[in-house]
Amino acid sequence: MPATTIEKPVNKKQKNDLGFSKKQYLKWYKDMLIMRKIEERVGHLYIQQKFGGFCHLYIGQEALVAGTASACHKDDKHITAYRDHAHPIALGIHPKFMVAELYGKKTGMSKGKGGSMHMFSKDVNLMGGHGIVGAQIPMGAGIAFADQYKGNKAVTYCSFGDGAARQGALHETFNMAMMWKLPVVFIIENNNYAMGTSVKRTTNVEDMSEMGKSYHMPSKVVDGMSVEAVHHAIEEASERARKGDGPTLLDIRTYRYKGHSMSDPQKYRTKDEVEDYKGKDPISQVLKTIQTNKLASESEIKKIQDDVKAIVEESVVFAEESPELEAHELYEDVYTQNDYPFIKE
Amino acid sequence: MRTVQYREALREAMVEEMRKDETVFLMGEEVAEYNGAYKVSQGMLDEFGPKRVIDTPIAELGFAGIAVGAAMNGLRPIVEFMTWNFALLASDQIINSAAKMLQMSGGQYSCPIVFRGGNGPAGQLAATHSQSFESFYAHVPGLKVVTPSNPYDAKGLLKSAIRDNDPVLIMESEKMYGDKGEIPEGEYLIPIGKAEVKKKGDHITIVSFGKILKVVQEAVDVLEKEGVSCEVIDLRSVRPIDYDCLVESIKKTNRCVVVEESWPLASISGEIAFHLQRYAFDYLDAPVMRVMQADTPFAFSKVLIEEALPSVKRIIDAVKSSLYVR
Ligand SMILES: Cc1ncc(C[n+]2csc(CCOP(=O)(O)OP(=O)(O)O)c2C)c(N)n1
Ligand SMILES: [Mg+2]
Repeated sequence: MPATTIEKPVNKKQKNDLGFSKKQYLKWYKDMLIMRKIEERVGHLYIQQKFGGFCHLYIGQEALVAGTASACHKDDKHITAYRDHAHPIALGIHPKFMVAELYGKKTGMSKGKGGSMHMFSKDVNLMGGHGIVGAQIPMGAGIAFADQYKGNKAVTYCSFGDGAARQGALHETFNMAMMWKLPVVFIIENNNYAMGTSVKRTTNVEDMSEMGKSYHMPSKVVDGMSVEAVHHAIEEASERARKGDGPTLLDIRTYRYKGHSMSDPQKYRTKDEVEDYKGKDPISQVLKTIQTNKLASESEIKKIQDDVKAIVEESVVFAEESPELEAHELYEDVYTQNDYPFIKE
Repeated sequence: MRTVQYREALREAMVEEMRKDETVFLMGEEVAEYNGAYKVSQGMLDEFGPKRVIDTPIAELGFAGIAVGAAMNGLRPIVEFMTWNFALLASDQIINSAAKMLQMSGGQYSCPIVFRGGNGPAGQLAATHSQSFESFYAHVPGLKVVTPSNPYDAKGLLKSAIRDNDPVLIMESEKMYGDKGEIPEGEYLIPIGKAEVKKKGDHITIVSFGKILKVVQEAVDVLEKEGVSCEVIDLRSVRPIDYDCLVESIKKTNRCVVVEESWPLASISGEIAFHLQRYAFDYLDAPVMRVMQADTPFAFSKVLIEEALPSVKRIIDAVKSSLYVR
């Protein structure tokens, strides 16, 4: 799929002709490497049946959350689908809490009650992790509605897959979000597949950025393998939202290297296609920029890689050693009312 | 007889009916090229082609409504939902359209349609992916709700459902698709609305339906060893319910435990307990007992799942308390 290039807006953070500081590049590299390495590890642990449920890996798509995190403000809100292991890491949550959630442990991000598909953190305004495909599209607009209502300047980033974009609620939401100029950025995490179904098998209009047009929603195709491109697109869209000019649709073209979930034989695509995308790997691209521009020495890079290894190790140990929930906790967090009269026999 | 998996039994039912009747077709997410998310429709695209085995986008409300319209206009759609949890998005078309079409049109437009898919908890899939919808849809007049608990029933009941001129919902399970069982060589149908006495017994009647019958069976094996003679009834459908079969059994055993994988309030067990106290009051020697899923959403943690689900132990405890023994 072709990706149109984004013209770079004037950027205050500009420190060199790359447009981003050395610090920013190293942070992107480290954060994305943590996401990648932790998910590689998590994939193995899942195969070893160390934890149960579904396991949808984000590997290949890291630039989307890294570029969003670098461009957003602290008070902004985030909501996404079940492919949600990387979002908390991008927003600054220590990965050990995410891994503990995968293990269903008490120390997990959602107290072990949500699992892989339901990562929440009020600390960083991550409002899920949602397993019903497309559910977060109207909810994302609603979160933005509340910030607009309260007069806050916050923007909501609402991510969903190319498959989710086929739910009817998208159209209802786009219409209302435009009519009410809600401060929301709709991000299609367009990895070209919904389970075994490619985008072109679900539509007449393959360019998903077209979907905003009938609502006059500003829309754009973005190269999701480039963290810089994602950052610029998010920055531009969020400025528009913050000014009160309403939503933007970003069709961010990315790729998942792994199967839909861990039990996907992937007969719907070729090995060459996967290898092609690996050639544009977002982490390798950032590393190359760091190296060719000498933003860090080889030993500094090695240090980052060692740190990442240690963080991954620490996270797994933390999850494995954390306590299980206790049976009575089944009846907690169902209602805010403390003495709700559950039926018990 | 031959041994087939539950998924194969469902497939045979669809394939046989599609060979016989040109108006029957299958639609749903991943049913064609991917051969079904749970491989129920494996090979069907090859046999029937894309006109009759149709992949849909993820748009449950839309394709369920399209199927209802097609049913009003002379076709007999089979709609596969990847699971019934996702069919909640389509529930408007099932409940507001399909269930009511015949009456609203004064008998002019029927809705011969089958909605089928996985139902109930299937491991650590957390709150939205673990719900049991039997009683939810059983509440709705105009629908039939069928709960095949084994491959033999799956084939016989699905064939009847496809031939039925009213909307029929089939409650399957991701945890049953691989189950094996015997089915006859030749064609057979199982009527919708008749329960099956799976095992005769004298001391107590255990009523259940769907996947959880496997757990009931385990509990019964233990109880029989301890000298408790259990009569086991598989409802096979929860709308309609075969009340006569239940009353007959209670007249003999005088005690009843209902085992259900759903929540307690507004449940099938509540309905059965009402019916038995109303129509078999004089035959009951103990209150009707039930074993249910806990009255909370289904959490992810293994510990909480164990606490929530009906278990062999909880079934045995309920039976013993009904028999006033420890
Ligand atoms: C309403 C609903 N329908 C179906 C499913 C089953 N399902 C889970 S993920 C998925 C594919 C979604 O693809 P996409 O939106 O492209 O996201 P990706 O997995 O590629 O990140 C489907 C069909 C679901 N969880 N919810
Ligand atoms: Mg996708």
